[in-house]
Amino acid sequence: MPTDSSFLDVDVWRSGAESFQNFQVPARDSQTVLDVVTWIQQHADPTLSYRFACRVGMCGSCAMMVNGKPRWTCRTHVKKVAKRGRIEIAPLRNLQVIKDLATDMSDFFDKWVAAEGVFHPTKTREDEIEAIRPDTPERISADAAVECINCGVCYAACDVVAANPAYLGPAALNRAWSLVNDLRDGALAERLEAVSHDGGCHNCHSHQSCAAYCPNSLNPTASIAGLKRETVKAAFRRGR
Amino acid sequence: MLDLRLYILQRVTALIMAPLVLGHIAVMIVAVRGGLSAEEILSRTQGSLLWAGFYGTFVLAASVHAAIGLRVVVFEYAKLKGLALSLFTWAVFLALLFMGTRAVFAVTAP
Repeated sequence: MPTDSSFLDVDVWRSGAESFQNFQVPARDSQTVLDVVTWIQQHADPTLSYRFACRVGMCGSCAMMVNGKPRWTCRTHVKKVAKRGRIEIAPLRNLQVIKDLATDMSDFFDKWVAAEGVFHPTKTREDEIEAIRPDTPERISADAAVECINCGVCYAACDVVAANPAYLGPAALNRAWSLVNDLRDGALAERLEAVSHDGGCHNCHSHQSCAAYCPNSLNPTASIAGLKRETVKAAFRRGR
Repeated sequence: MLDLRLYILQRVTALIMAPLVLGHIAVMIVAVRGGLSAEEILSRTQGSLLWAGFYGTFVLAASVHAAIGLRVVVFEYAKLKGLALSLFTWAVFLALLFMGTRAVFAVTAP
């Protein structure tokens, strides 16, 4: 029910009622979706739960579904997403909801660990710092994947995660790929094994929703393609 | 659901099928353009180890490839899992292999 252009017509998911609740929010210049959610909590309903921290696109806490699409709400301007003054805000897809707009990210981060997204050092603090040339193909591939802020947007965008809850997902596999290319890491074989199970990289259909929605313009699909390539090469090497 | 072994099998069978499909289409175009009758085609294929090998390989590759592809589809859309999913995969593979082998046999048996 749009009123006048000085107000936004905002539908927000409420987990108690299992339905959307409508709020009329004053429209402002340079207003972000996170600003809208914050206004609702501070002026309309203090019981609204959501998650945020840095407000500048670094921490990856505030991702939500905005008009059905996963977005980092602190860097999403209302004028970019509002349709005739209307916005629908819901919790991230593919994750359990704790309350209202706050999701439980446990599955998401557990899968980072399951994909061996942990650095395994090959040197100790007594060793010299290893010089890494920035222009090697491995380092260029690692750099391309390394700017992930763990926001969960790609995980929410992924139709394979929706269809197969065991699937590790784009972020965890992207992290695994950055470590496969890290010359200082010593767990290549374990990592390739970890991403080759039932929920591993081979389940990716290359729809590229992760790349389309990643707020940092990363391309997890390309990282997953790299993992597929390396796991197959390793399997043929083992078979020889 | 789709592990490394099934992934490799599906990609390798795709690689095998690609040139065979092109060969099949090329032969079809050549055969039709020349106005060959069914008898004339059968006279060339019956007893031919080359054509039995060509289409036999295709049938085997297609059976494996399609069974794995359909396995993914029924898992994601029909939520089939575990033993039921394995049985479905094997059933599709064997059914396609049976029908395909029958067709190859009919055309190439002497």
